[in-house]
Amino acid sequence: MLSKRVIPCLDVRNGRLTKGVKFKDNVDIGDPVETARQYYEQGADEIVFYDITASSEGRGIFLDVVEAVAKQIFIPFSVGGGINTVEDMRAVLRAGAEKVSVNSGAVKNPDIISQGAAQFGAQCVVLGMDVKRVPATEEIPSGFEVVIHGGRKHMGLDAIEWAKTGEALGAGEICLNSIDADGTKDGYDIDLTRQVVQAVSIPVIASGGAGHPSHMVDAVTEGMASAALIASIVHYGEWTVPDIKKYMHEQGVNMRMVW
Amino acid sequence: MLAIFDYNAGNQTSVHRALDAIGIPNVITNDPGVLHKAHGIIFPGVGAAGQAMDELMSGGLDEALKALIWEEKPVLGICVGCQILLDYSEENDTKTLAVIPGECRLFNPSWTDYKGQPIRVPHMGWNSVQLQQPCELFTDIDPDADFYFVHSYYPAPKEEFVIGTTTYGRPFCSVHGRRGLWAVQFHPEKSGRPGLQLLKNYYNFCLEGANAQ
Repeated sequence: MLSKRVIPCLDVRNGRLTKGVKFKDNVDIGDPVETARQYYEQGADEIVFYDITASSEGRGIFLDVVEAVAKQIFIPFSVGGGINTVEDMRAVLRAGAEKVSVNSGAVKNPDIISQGAAQFGAQCVVLGMDVKRVPATEEIPSGFEVVIHGGRKHMGLDAIEWAKTGEALGAGEICLNSIDADGTKDGYDIDLTRQVVQAVSIPVIASGGAGHPSHMVDAVTEGMASAALIASIVHYGEWTVPDIKKYMHEQGVNMRMVW
Repeated sequence: MLAIFDYNAGNQTSVHRALDAIGIPNVITNDPGVLHKAHGIIFPGVGAAGQAMDELMSGGLDEALKALIWEEKPVLGICVGCQILLDYSEENDTKTLAVIPGECRLFNPSWTDYKGQPIRVPHMGWNSVQLQQPCELFTDIDPDADFYFVHSYYPAPKEEFVIGTTTYGRPFCSVHGRRGLWAVQFHPEKSGRPGLQLLKNYYNFCLEGANAQ
Protein backbone atom coordinates (compact mmCIF):
# COMPACT_ATOMS: atom_id res chain seq x y z
CA MET A 1 0.00 0.00 0.00
CA LEU A 2 1.33 3.43 -0.93
CA SER A 3 2.50 5.40 2.11
CA LYS A 4 1.71 9.04 2.73
CA ARG A 5 4.82 11.19 2.61
CA VAL A 6 6.22 13.73 5.06
CA ILE A 7 8.46 16.18 3.24
CA PRO A 8 10.61 18.75 5.04
CA CYS A 9 10.98 21.88 2.97
CA LEU A 10 14.24 23.78 3.16
CA ASP A 11 14.03 27.37 2.06
CA VAL A 12 17.49 28.37 0.94
CA ARG A 13 18.80 31.89 0.62
CA ASN A 14 22.41 32.62 -0.28
CA GLY A 15 23.24 28.98 0.43
CA ARG A 16 21.79 29.12 3.95
CA LEU A 17 18.63 27.65 5.39
CA THR A 18 16.03 30.30 6.19
CA LYS A 19 12.45 30.47 7.38
CA GLY A 20 10.09 33.41 7.33
CA VAL A 21 6.42 33.97 7.97
CA LYS A 22 4.28 34.66 4.93
CA PHE A 23 7.35 35.09 2.76
CA LYS A 24 8.74 37.94 4.88
CA ASP A 25 11.28 38.42 7.68
CA ASN A 26 13.58 35.56 6.73
CA VAL A 27 16.11 34.51 9.36
CA ASP A 28 19.15 32.25 9.00
CA ILE A 29 18.56 28.92 10.73
CA GLY A 30 21.39 26.72 9.50
CA ASP A 31 23.25 24.77 6.85
CA PRO A 32 20.88 23.18 4.32
CA VAL A 33 23.17 20.27 3.48
CA GLU A 34 23.67 19.21 7.07
CA THR A 35 20.00 19.72 7.88
CA ALA A 36 18.94 17.64 4.87
CA ARG A 37 21.26 14.85 5.93
CA GLN A 38 19.76 14.83 9.42
CA TYR A 39 16.21 14.68 8.08
CA TYR A 40 17.23 11.86 5.77
CA GLU A 41 18.67 9.90 8.70
CA GLN A 42 15.49 10.57 10.68
CA GLY A 43 13.20 9.07 8.05
CA ALA A 44 12.03 12.01 5.96
CA ASP A 45 10.32 10.55 2.89
CA GLU A 46 11.54 13.21 0.52
CA ILE A 47 13.09 16.67 0.76
CA VAL A 48 12.26 19.88 -1.04
CA PHE A 49 14.72 22.71 -1.56
CA TYR A 50 13.33 26.03 -2.48
CA ASP A 51 15.39 29.03 -3.43
CA ILE A 52 12.94 31.53 -2.03
CA THR A 53 14.39 34.69 -3.43
CA ALA A 54 15.44 33.44 -6.84
CA SER A 55 12.24 34.48 -8.60
CA SER A 56 12.27 38.00 -7.24
CA GLU A 57 15.91 38.72 -7.60
CA GLY A 58 16.65 36.57 -10.62
CA ARG A 59 19.44 34.67 -8.95
CA GLY A 60 20.46 31.22 -10.08
CA ILE A 61 19.86 28.05 -8.11
CA PHE A 62 22.65 27.05 -5.79
CA LEU A 63 23.88 24.04 -7.68
CA ASP A 64 26.71 23.42 -5.28
CA VAL A 65 24.20 22.92 -2.45
CA VAL A 66 22.20 20.56 -4.65
CA GLU A 67 25.29 18.58 -5.59
CA ALA A 68 26.45 18.31 -2.00
CA VAL A 69 23.01 17.08 -0.96
CA ALA A 70 22.89 14.49 -3.75
CA LYS A 71 26.06 12.88 -2.43
CA GLN A 72 24.65 12.46 1.06
CA ILE A 73 20.99 11.63 0.89
CA PHE A 74 19.47 8.66 -0.87
CA ILE A 75 15.83 9.59 -0.96
CA PRO A 76 14.20 11.72 -3.64
CA PHE A 77 14.56 15.45 -3.46
CA SER A 78 13.22 18.27 -5.54
CA VAL A 79 14.47 21.74 -6.24
CA GLY A 80 12.48 24.83 -7.00
CA GLY A 81 12.78 28.58 -7.15
CA GLY A 82 13.81 30.60 -10.14
CA ILE A 83 13.24 27.84 -12.69
CA ASN A 84 12.31 29.68 -15.85
CA THR A 85 13.70 27.60 -18.71
CA VAL A 86 14.28 24.00 -19.69
CA GLU A 87 18.00 24.73 -19.26
CA ASP A 88 17.36 25.75 -15.62
CA MET A 89 15.58 22.41 -15.17
CA ARG A 90 18.36 20.44 -16.77
CA ALA A 91 20.94 22.09 -14.51
CA VAL A 92 19.26 21.08 -11.23
CA LEU A 93 18.45 17.58 -12.47
CA ARG A 94 22.04 17.14 -13.56
CA ALA A 95 23.22 18.35 -10.16
CA GLY A 96 21.32 15.43 -8.63
CA ALA A 97 17.72 16.47 -7.96
CA GLU A 98 14.98 13.95 -8.87
CA LYS A 99 12.36 16.51 -9.55
CA VAL A 100 12.20 20.14 -10.40
CA SER A 101 9.47 22.44 -9.29
CA VAL A 102 8.26 25.22 -11.57
CA ASN A 103 6.19 28.01 -10.11
CA SER A 104 6.35 31.60 -11.36
CA GLY A 105 8.21 30.39 -14.44
CA ALA A 106 5.25 28.19 -15.41
CA VAL A 107 2.69 30.93 -14.81
CA LYS A 108 4.65 33.24 -17.10
CA ASN A 109 5.37 30.51 -19.66
CA PRO A 110 3.15 27.42 -19.28
CA ASP A 111 5.01 25.68 -22.12
CA ILE A 112 7.91 25.05 -19.76
CA ILE A 113 5.79 22.30 -18.17
CA SER A 114 5.23 20.42 -21.43
CA GLN A 115 8.81 21.00 -22.59
CA GLY A 116 10.19 19.74 -19.26
CA ALA A 117 7.89 16.71 -19.29
CA ALA A 118 8.91 15.84 -22.84
CA GLN A 119 12.63 16.21 -22.11
CA PHE A 120 12.89 14.68 -18.66
CA GLY A 121 9.63 12.80 -18.11
CA ALA A 122 6.48 13.96 -16.36
CA GLN A 123 7.68 12.41 -13.08
CA CYS A 124 10.40 15.10 -12.94
CA VAL A 125 8.10 18.07 -13.27
CA VAL A 126 6.36 19.39 -10.18
CA LEU A 127 3.98 22.30 -10.58
CA GLY A 128 4.46 24.54 -7.55
CA MET A 129 1.49 26.77 -6.83
CA ASP A 130 1.29 29.64 -4.36
CA VAL A 131 -2.35 30.30 -3.67
CA LYS A 132 -4.19 33.07 -1.87
CA ARG A 133 -7.83 33.24 -0.84
CA VAL A 134 -9.72 36.07 -2.56
CA PRO A 135 -13.41 36.94 -2.91
CA ALA A 136 -14.88 34.71 -5.64
CA THR A 137 -15.30 36.60 -8.90
CA GLU A 138 -15.96 35.71 -12.50
CA GLU A 139 -12.21 35.61 -13.07
CA ILE A 140 -11.51 33.57 -9.91
CA PRO A 141 -14.66 31.48 -9.43
CA SER A 142 -13.13 29.19 -6.79
CA GLY A 143 -12.00 32.09 -4.61
CA PHE A 144 -8.45 30.70 -4.75
CA GLU A 145 -6.04 32.76 -6.79
CA VAL A 146 -2.56 31.83 -7.98
CA VAL A 147 0.06 34.43 -7.03
CA ILE A 148 3.73 34.63 -7.97
CA HIS A 149 6.89 36.33 -6.78
CA GLY A 150 6.54 35.12 -3.24
CA GLY A 151 2.95 36.22 -3.02
CA ARG A 152 3.65 39.75 -4.11
CA LYS A 153 2.08 39.55 -7.54
CA HIS A 154 -1.44 38.56 -8.58
CA MET A 155 -1.98 37.06 -12.01
CA GLY A 156 -5.76 36.75 -12.27
CA LEU A 157 -5.43 32.96 -12.44
CA ASP A 158 -7.87 30.60 -10.74
CA ALA A 159 -6.00 27.94 -8.73
CA ILE A 160 -8.33 25.06 -9.59
CA GLU A 161 -8.18 25.83 -13.30
CA TRP A 162 -4.42 26.27 -13.18
CA ALA A 163 -3.98 22.88 -11.49
CA LYS A 164 -5.98 21.23 -14.29
CA THR A 165 -3.98 23.09 -16.92
CA GLY A 166 -0.71 22.03 -15.29
CA GLU A 167 -1.79 18.40 -15.30
CA ALA A 168 -2.88 18.60 -18.95
CA LEU A 169 0.49 20.11 -19.88
CA GLY A 170 2.28 17.17 -18.30
CA ALA A 171 3.12 18.00 -14.67
CA GLY A 172 3.65 14.80 -12.66
CA GLU A 173 2.80 16.26 -9.29
CA ILE A 174 1.48 19.44 -7.70
CA CYS A 175 2.95 21.14 -4.66
CA LEU A 176 0.17 23.33 -3.36
CA ASN A 177 1.13 26.11 -0.99
CA SER A 178 -1.38 28.28 0.81
CA ILE A 179 0.06 31.77 1.27
CA ASP A 180 -2.55 32.51 3.93
CA ALA A 181 -1.63 29.46 6.01
CA ASP A 182 2.14 29.58 5.44
CA GLY A 183 4.02 30.08 8.68
CA THR A 184 0.90 30.39 10.82
CA LYS A 185 1.08 26.88 12.35
CA ASP A 186 -2.72 26.84 12.36
CA GLY A 187 -3.01 23.92 9.94
CA TYR A 188 -3.16 23.45 6.18
CA ASP A 189 -5.89 24.97 4.06
CA ILE A 190 -7.87 21.73 3.86
CA ASP A 191 -10.63 23.14 1.66
CA LEU A 192 -8.12 24.33 -0.94
CA THR A 193 -6.18 21.06 -0.79
CA ARG A 194 -9.23 18.90 -1.26
CA GLN A 195 -10.56 20.98 -4.14
CA VAL A 196 -7.28 20.72 -6.02
CA VAL A 197 -6.90 16.99 -5.26
CA GLN A 198 -10.37 16.35 -6.64
CA ALA A 199 -9.72 18.45 -9.75
CA VAL A 200 -6.65 16.45 -10.87
CA SER A 201 -5.50 12.83 -10.91
CA ILE A 202 -1.78 13.42 -10.22
CA PRO A 203 -0.43 13.42 -6.64
CA VAL A 204 -0.83 16.64 -4.63
CA ILE A 205 1.46 17.77 -1.80
CA ALA A 206 -0.20 20.03 0.78
CA SER A 207 1.93 22.92 1.97
CA GLY A 208 1.70 25.81 4.38
CA GLY A 209 0.51 25.93 7.96
CA ALA A 210 1.81 22.81 9.67
CA GLY A 211 2.07 23.36 13.42
CA HIS A 212 1.14 19.96 14.83
CA PRO A 213 1.18 16.41 13.39
CA SER A 214 -2.62 16.37 13.56
CA HIS A 215 -2.51 18.96 10.78
CA MET A 216 -0.57 16.53 8.58
CA VAL A 217 -3.12 13.84 9.38
CA ASP A 218 -5.90 16.22 8.31
CA ALA A 219 -4.08 17.10 5.09
CA VAL A 220 -3.77 13.47 3.95
CA THR A 221 -7.18 12.29 5.20
CA GLU A 222 -9.77 15.11 4.91
CA GLY A 223 -7.58 17.00 2.45
CA MET A 224 -6.83 13.76 0.52
CA ALA A 225 -3.27 14.92 -0.23
CA SER A 226 -0.56 12.37 -1.09
CA ALA A 227 2.00 14.14 1.06
CA ALA A 228 2.45 16.97 3.54
CA LEU A 229 5.19 19.55 3.39
CA ILE A 230 6.62 20.69 6.72
CA ALA A 231 9.08 23.39 7.68
CA SER A 232 9.24 25.40 10.92
CA ILE A 233 7.66 22.59 12.95
CA VAL A 234 10.86 20.57 12.47
CA HIS A 235 13.39 23.31 11.81
CA TYR A 236 12.88 24.74 15.29
CA GLY A 237 12.86 21.34 16.95
CA GLU A 238 9.29 21.39 18.30
CA TRP A 239 8.72 18.06 16.62
CA THR A 240 11.09 15.58 15.04
CA VAL A 241 10.42 13.78 11.75
CA PRO A 242 10.19 10.34 13.45
CA ASP A 243 7.77 11.62 16.11
CA ILE A 244 5.56 13.15 13.41
CA LYS A 245 5.55 9.91 11.42
CA LYS A 246 4.82 7.87 14.54
CA TYR A 247 1.93 10.17 15.44
CA MET A 248 0.44 9.91 11.96
CA HIS A 249 0.92 6.14 11.93
CA GLU A 250 -0.88 5.85 15.27
CA GLN A 251 -3.74 7.88 13.82
CA GLY A 252 -4.18 5.18 11.19
CA VAL A 253 -2.29 6.83 8.34
CA ASN A 254 -0.18 4.43 6.28
CA MET A 255 3.39 5.63 6.74
CA ARG A 256 6.86 4.37 5.89
CA MET A 257 8.03 3.25 9.34
CA VAL A 258 11.26 1.38 8.44
CA TRP A 259 14.23 3.38 7.23
CA MET B 1 33.43 -3.54 -9.75
CA LEU B 2 29.94 -2.76 -10.99
CA ALA B 3 29.38 -1.17 -14.37
CA ILE B 4 26.47 1.22 -14.74
CA PHE B 5 25.33 0.75 -18.32
CA ASP B 6 25.64 4.15 -19.98
CA TYR B 7 22.91 5.08 -22.42
CA ASN B 8 22.10 8.58 -21.16
CA ALA B 9 19.53 7.30 -18.65
CA GLY B 10 18.42 10.09 -16.33
CA ASN B 11 19.29 8.32 -13.10
CA GLN B 12 22.70 6.89 -13.92
CA THR B 13 24.54 9.47 -11.83
CA SER B 14 22.16 8.88 -8.89
CA VAL B 15 23.05 5.18 -9.01
CA HIS B 16 26.73 6.09 -9.24
CA ARG B 17 26.49 8.36 -6.18
CA ALA B 18 24.64 5.72 -4.15
CA LEU B 19 27.27 3.07 -4.97
CA ASP B 20 30.05 5.53 -4.08
CA ALA B 21 28.40 6.23 -0.73
CA ILE B 22 28.45 2.54 0.24
CA GLY B 23 31.97 1.99 -1.04
CA ILE B 24 31.17 -0.16 -4.08
CA PRO B 25 33.64 0.46 -6.91
CA ASN B 26 31.70 1.44 -9.99
CA VAL B 27 31.94 3.08 -13.35
CA ILE B 28 29.43 4.53 -15.80
CA THR B 29 30.35 3.04 -19.14
CA ASN B 30 29.25 1.46 -22.39
CA ASP B 31 32.71 0.27 -23.35
CA PRO B 32 32.31 -3.43 -24.19
CA GLY B 33 35.68 -4.31 -22.67
CA VAL B 34 34.92 -2.63 -19.35
CA LEU B 35 31.41 -4.09 -19.24
CA HIS B 36 32.81 -7.55 -19.86
CA LYS B 37 35.32 -7.21 -17.02
CA ALA B 38 32.80 -5.86 -14.49
CA HIS B 39 31.48 -8.23 -11.81
CA GLY B 40 27.98 -7.12 -12.64
CA ILE B 41 25.94 -4.62 -14.59
CA ILE B 42 23.37 -2.11 -13.43
CA PHE B 43 20.94 -1.16 -16.14
CA PRO B 44 19.31 2.09 -15.00
CA GLY B 45 16.50 4.05 -16.61
CA VAL B 46 14.20 6.98 -16.13
CA GLY B 47 11.75 8.58 -18.52
CA ALA B 48 9.92 6.95 -21.38
CA ALA B 49 10.38 3.45 -22.82
CA GLY B 50 10.39 4.65 -26.42
CA GLN B 51 13.11 7.20 -25.78
CA ALA B 52 15.17 4.67 -23.81
CA MET B 53 14.97 2.15 -26.67
CA ASP B 54 15.94 4.84 -29.19
CA GLU B 55 19.03 5.68 -27.11
CA LEU B 56 19.94 2.01 -26.79
CA MET B 57 19.48 1.13 -30.44
CA SER B 58 21.19 4.23 -31.81
CA GLY B 59 24.59 2.88 -30.85
CA GLY B 60 23.87 -0.84 -31.04
CA LEU B 61 23.88 -0.82 -27.24
CA ASP B 62 20.83 -3.09 -27.14
CA GLU B 63 22.90 -5.87 -28.68
CA ALA B 64 25.79 -5.11 -26.32
CA LEU B 65 23.47 -5.52 -23.32
CA LYS B 66 21.96 -8.74 -24.67
CA ALA B 67 25.45 -10.13 -25.24
CA LEU B 68 26.25 -9.55 -21.56
CA ILE B 69 23.06 -11.35 -20.54
CA TRP B 70 23.90 -14.29 -22.83
CA GLU B 71 27.30 -14.64 -21.20
CA GLU B 72 25.40 -14.74 -17.86
CA LYS B 73 26.88 -11.56 -16.54
CA PRO B 74 24.68 -10.50 -13.59
CA VAL B 75 22.34 -7.67 -14.53
CA LEU B 76 20.12 -5.52 -12.34
CA GLY B 77 17.56 -3.43 -14.22
CA ILE B 78 16.06 -0.40 -12.47
CA CYS B 79 12.75 1.35 -13.29
CA VAL B 80 12.64 1.86 -17.07
CA GLY B 81 15.66 -0.46 -17.22
CA CYS B 82 13.42 -3.03 -15.52
CA GLN B 83 10.54 -2.44 -17.92
CA ILE B 84 12.42 -2.64 -21.19
CA LEU B 85 13.90 -6.05 -20.39
CA LEU B 86 10.39 -7.30 -21.29
CA ASP B 87 9.07 -7.87 -24.83
CA TYR B 88 6.86 -4.86 -25.23
CA SER B 89 5.75 -1.63 -23.54
CA GLU B 90 2.44 0.12 -24.02
CA GLU B 91 4.39 3.35 -23.49
CA ASN B 92 4.96 4.81 -26.97
CA ASP B 93 3.85 1.37 -28.32
CA THR B 94 7.45 0.19 -28.04
CA LYS B 95 8.99 -3.14 -28.91
CA THR B 96 11.55 -3.65 -26.13
CA LEU B 97 14.53 -5.95 -25.48
CA ALA B 98 12.65 -9.27 -25.10
CA VAL B 99 15.05 -10.68 -22.55
CA ILE B 100 12.27 -11.66 -20.13
CA PRO B 101 8.85 -12.68 -21.50
CA GLY B 102 6.09 -10.21 -20.73
CA GLU B 103 4.98 -6.67 -21.30
CA CYS B 104 4.65 -3.34 -19.61
CA ARG B 105 1.21 -1.77 -19.12
CA LEU B 106 -0.25 1.59 -18.13
CA PHE B 107 -1.84 1.84 -14.67
CA ASN B 108 -5.57 2.08 -15.02
CA PRO B 109 -6.77 5.22 -13.20
CA SER B 110 -10.16 3.58 -12.68
CA TRP B 111 -8.55 1.17 -10.20
CA THR B 112 -9.33 2.17 -6.65
CA ASP B 113 -7.30 2.05 -3.45
CA TYR B 114 -8.43 0.34 -0.25
CA LYS B 115 -10.56 3.39 0.60
CA GLY B 116 -12.34 3.26 -2.74
CA GLN B 117 -10.56 6.34 -4.12
CA PRO B 118 -9.26 6.17 -7.70
CA ILE B 119 -5.50 5.66 -7.81
CA ARG B 120 -3.35 8.55 -8.94
CA VAL B 121 -1.03 8.08 -11.89
CA PRO B 122 1.97 8.19 -11.70
CA HIS B 123 2.40 5.80 -8.78
CA MET B 124 4.72 8.06 -6.86
CA GLY B 125 6.08 7.46 -3.39
CA TRP B 126 6.97 4.70 -0.95
CA ASN B 127 5.44 1.26 -1.19
CA SER B 128 6.30 -2.21 0.04
CA VAL B 129 7.30 -5.38 -1.82
CA GLN B 130 5.83 -8.81 -1.10
CA LEU B 131 8.25 -11.50 -2.20
CA GLN B 132 6.58 -14.32 -4.13
CA GLN B 133 9.76 -16.35 -4.15
CA PRO B 134 13.01 -16.07 -2.17
CA CYS B 135 15.42 -13.52 -3.59
CA GLU B 136 18.99 -12.80 -2.49
CA LEU B 137 18.54 -9.12 -3.29
CA PHE B 138 16.38 -8.82 -0.17
CA THR B 139 18.79 -10.44 2.30
CA ASP B 140 18.88 -8.52 5.61
CA ILE B 141 16.09 -6.19 4.51
CA ASP B 142 13.09 -5.80 6.83
CA PRO B 143 10.01 -7.22 5.04
CA ASP B 144 8.14 -4.07 6.12
CA ALA B 145 10.64 -1.78 4.40
CA ASP B 146 9.25 0.51 1.72
CA PHE B 147 10.93 1.41 -1.54
CA TYR B 148 10.60 4.53 -3.67
CA PHE B 149 8.51 4.18 -6.82
CA VAL B 150 7.76 6.65 -9.56
CA HIS B 151 6.18 5.26 -12.71
CA SER B 152 3.02 5.24 -14.78
CA TYR B 153 3.61 1.85 -16.45
CA TYR B 154 4.11 -1.43 -14.61
CA PRO B 155 5.82 -4.68 -15.60
CA ALA B 156 3.64 -7.70 -16.31
CA PRO B 157 6.05 -10.59 -16.98
CA LYS B 158 5.11 -14.21 -17.47
CA GLU B 159 4.13 -15.55 -14.06
CA GLU B 160 7.19 -17.72 -13.41
CA PHE B 161 9.36 -14.60 -13.62
CA VAL B 162 7.43 -12.70 -10.94
CA ILE B 163 9.67 -12.41 -7.88
CA GLY B 164 7.93 -9.66 -5.89
CA THR B 165 4.66 -7.76 -6.04
CA THR B 166 3.44 -4.39 -4.83
CA THR B 167 -0.13 -3.24 -4.40
CA TYR B 168 -1.37 -0.08 -6.06
CA GLY B 169 -5.04 -0.40 -6.79
CA ARG B 170 -4.23 -4.04 -7.35
CA PRO B 171 -1.06 -6.11 -7.08
CA PHE B 172 1.48 -5.64 -9.85
CA CYS B 173 4.92 -7.15 -10.38
CA SER B 174 7.61 -4.91 -8.87
CA VAL B 175 10.52 -7.37 -8.98
CA HIS B 176 11.00 -9.82 -11.81
CA GLY B 177 13.60 -11.93 -13.55
CA ARG B 178 15.58 -14.96 -12.50
CA ARG B 179 18.65 -15.50 -10.34
CA GLY B 180 21.35 -13.12 -11.54
CA LEU B 181 19.07 -11.31 -13.97
CA TRP B 182 16.94 -9.13 -11.76
CA ALA B 183 14.73 -6.17 -12.48
CA VAL B 184 13.21 -3.84 -9.90
CA GLN B 185 10.55 -1.26 -10.70
CA PHE B 186 11.46 0.92 -7.72
CA HIS B 187 14.60 3.01 -7.29
CA PRO B 188 17.00 1.35 -4.82
CA GLU B 189 19.34 4.33 -5.21
CA LYS B 190 16.58 6.53 -3.78
CA SER B 191 15.10 4.13 -1.21
CA GLY B 192 17.19 5.06 1.79
CA ARG B 193 18.97 2.38 3.77
CA PRO B 194 16.92 -0.61 2.53
CA GLY B 195 17.66 0.44 -1.05
CA LEU B 196 21.38 0.76 -0.36
CA GLN B 197 21.28 -2.68 1.29
CA LEU B 198 19.71 -4.11 -1.86
CA LEU B 199 22.56 -2.66 -3.94
CA LYS B 200 25.08 -4.18 -1.50
CA ASN B 201 23.33 -7.54 -1.76
CA TYR B 202 23.51 -7.36 -5.52
CA TYR B 203 27.21 -6.53 -5.41
CA ASN B 204 27.87 -9.41 -3.00
CA PHE B 205 26.05 -11.78 -5.35
CA CYS B 206 28.18 -10.55 -8.26
CA LEU B 207 31.40 -11.00 -6.27
CA GLU B 208 30.45 -14.53 -5.20
CA GLY B 209 29.71 -15.46 -8.79
CA ALA B 210 33.11 -14.16 -9.85
CA ASN B 211 34.86 -16.05 -7.03
CA ALA B 212 33.05 -19.27 -7.89
CA GLN B 213 34.44 -19.04 -11.40
